Amino acid sequence: MTGYIIKRLFAMIVTLWFIITLTFFLMHSIPGSPFNEERNTSEAVQRNLEKFYHLDEPLYVQYGMYLKSVVTFDFGPSIKKSSQTVNEMLGRGFPVSFELGIVTLIVAVFSGIALGIIAALRHNGIIDYLAMTIAVLGISVPNFVLATLLIQQLAVNLTILPVATWSSPKHMILPTLALATGPMAIIARLTRSSMLEVLTQDYIKTAKAKGLSPVKIVFKHALRNALLPVVTVLGSLAASILTGTFVIEKIFAIPGMGKYFVESINTRDYPVIMGTTVFYSTILIMMLFLVDIAYGVLDPRIKLHKKEGS
Amino acid sequence: MEKVLEVKDLHVTFTTYGGEVKAVRGVSFDLLKGETLAIVGESGCGKSVTSQSIMRLIPSPPGRIAGGAVLFKGQDLTKLKESEMRNVRGADISMIFQDPMTALNPTITIGEQIIEGIMQHEMISRQDARKKTLEMLDLVGIPNPVERLKHYPHQFSGGMRQRIVIAMALVCEPEVLIADEPTTALDVTIQAQILDLFKDIQRKTGVSIMIITHDLGVVAQVADRIAVMYAGKIVEAGERREIFYNPQHPYTKGLLNSVPRLDLDGADLVPIGGSPPDLFSPPAGCPFAARCDFAMEVCDRVYPYKTHLSREHHVDCWLQDERAQKMLAGIK
Repeated sequence: MTGYIIKRLFAMIVTLWFIITLTFFLMHSIPGSPFNEERNTSEAVQRNLEKFYHLDEPLYVQYGMYLKSVVTFDFGPSIKKSSQTVNEMLGRGFPVSFELGIVTLIVAVFSGIALGIIAALRHNGIIDYLAMTIAVLGISVPNFVLATLLIQQLAVNLTILPVATWSSPKHMILPTLALATGPMAIIARLTRSSMLEVLTQDYIKTAKAKGLSPVKIVFKHALRNALLPVVTVLGSLAASILTGTFVIEKIFAIPGMGKYFVESINTRDYPVIMGTTVFYSTILIMMLFLVDIAYGVLDPRIKLHKKEGS
Repeated sequence: MEKVLEVKDLHVTFTTYGGEVKAVRGVSFDLLKGETLAIVGESGCGKSVTSQSIMRLIPSPPGRIAGGAVLFKGQDLTKLKESEMRNVRGADISMIFQDPMTALNPTITIGEQIIEGIMQHEMISRQDARKKTLEMLDLVGIPNPVERLKHYPHQFSGGMRQRIVIAMALVCEPEVLIADEPTTALDVTIQAQILDLFKDIQRKTGVSIMIITHDLGVVAQVADRIAVMYAGKIVEAGERREIFYNPQHPYTKGLLNSVPRLDLDGADLVPIGGSPPDLFSPPAGCPFAARCDFAMEVCDRVYPYKTHLSREHHVDCWLQDERAQKMLAGIK
């Protein structure tokens, strides 16, 4: 097991290096630079600025310097918000995004799995159709539409929940709902189809023939086998939800890190682009690693380490 | 001998988009204590549906027990509530399915899968349930059971898995064991071992076994009595010797003729021509008439009465009808 983890960690570092390299050169191949906007800066000022951020050096030198700083976990200062470093921005934004993300994930996973199980057990019944209608709506209605609708109805018309901002648990309800519906729908549909498949398996019939109760059959025998596909999508889903979403955070004025992804690209804020990408990739790679571990836990047939002698 | 299980005029139908499929059409038989009854027939004749209906395991909907009774020690199982039926399954009547590769849950240790069955039906501690499991694994011939208890199904071979499935079915000491094609998925040497195991366990525990198969070799090896099913009906039944040496229904004869024989060339294999009738609208007469070399006009029109040839041996065929015998006597 430890051998496997070490091997995976090494592979993760290599993956991350690929991502950094690719992002770095892609980013620099976009036309424009942080300093040529409509604002007229004199040429001398521009040159000084470029010198300060080492933008006048050849690309490979910049790349080398960047790699060095990444190894020391220093993503450098933001070019556009000169008083802040990228580390500070992520340090401030990520906890907020993470808080919203984790609550959203819990809501989405539990309600999605529950909905999926109910739909599967009532296959082709009214409850199944109802659950799947909700799921299809959840997937097809964009979350910004849902968010504005929720604000309009629950915050403006009924005034039972705050419109926006991020200060108390009550403030969390609307953004969580808006953000969780999509993933919940995906998880519900996956759980349903995979549950339906598992329920026709012979071992479920064996369990019934043993006289087990429906509850035991569903939760002990069926669910564990049905969860593998759900766990698969959960990895990338979790990474993107935990690192914040631009739209939802914008609508609800939540000071998360979602906005940095978008803003940094528009303003060619090179260190921030790199910082957010590396950060997101790291989380994603870690989540995929967790998914692989979860496979091994859920299904004993999946061996994470090589068998001795094979 | 005491009757453990009595199936009386059982009808099972499946509702599909195309209409009602009458899969089992009035099947009756008894299972005596400690005997082995084999139900034989080709695919789709309703033998599996019959066995699953006894356990009330047919998926419902679309399946439905449309009539008849299944008496277990005098109690009609078709009338029980689902929760009462759960107390019967696994404890009084157990079932083994065809494919041991898929009959065990791949994510649960085999020990746990056996123990949970015991805990479901008996008020004993986990420790005692574990002890019982070990004894049972030993009985079915799993070497080193203490160690093997912690293993998952994929760590066993097919034959070993079938032994585990048998252990699982027998651990609560049921009175009836229904084995649905228990050896079909196994290779021949393992088949023989498993059939020996059945006989051995029956001797030790006195369990009544109902074995569903299309393999006449298996039947010859284990059955005390045989019931031949065709198109949802039992067309001939009797003791093993009677069916093998004195088959009377043309279908039974056809089945026996179609068994490959070592002393003949492969070219001499005699199949039964034609195919079974459509069970959406089964024929009014004998369902085998269309494939039968000896069919008469009456066969097409009226389903034959049951004719008793001996105490156990009976057949549904006009050729054996007593009136035919009388007619024959009249001519002579």
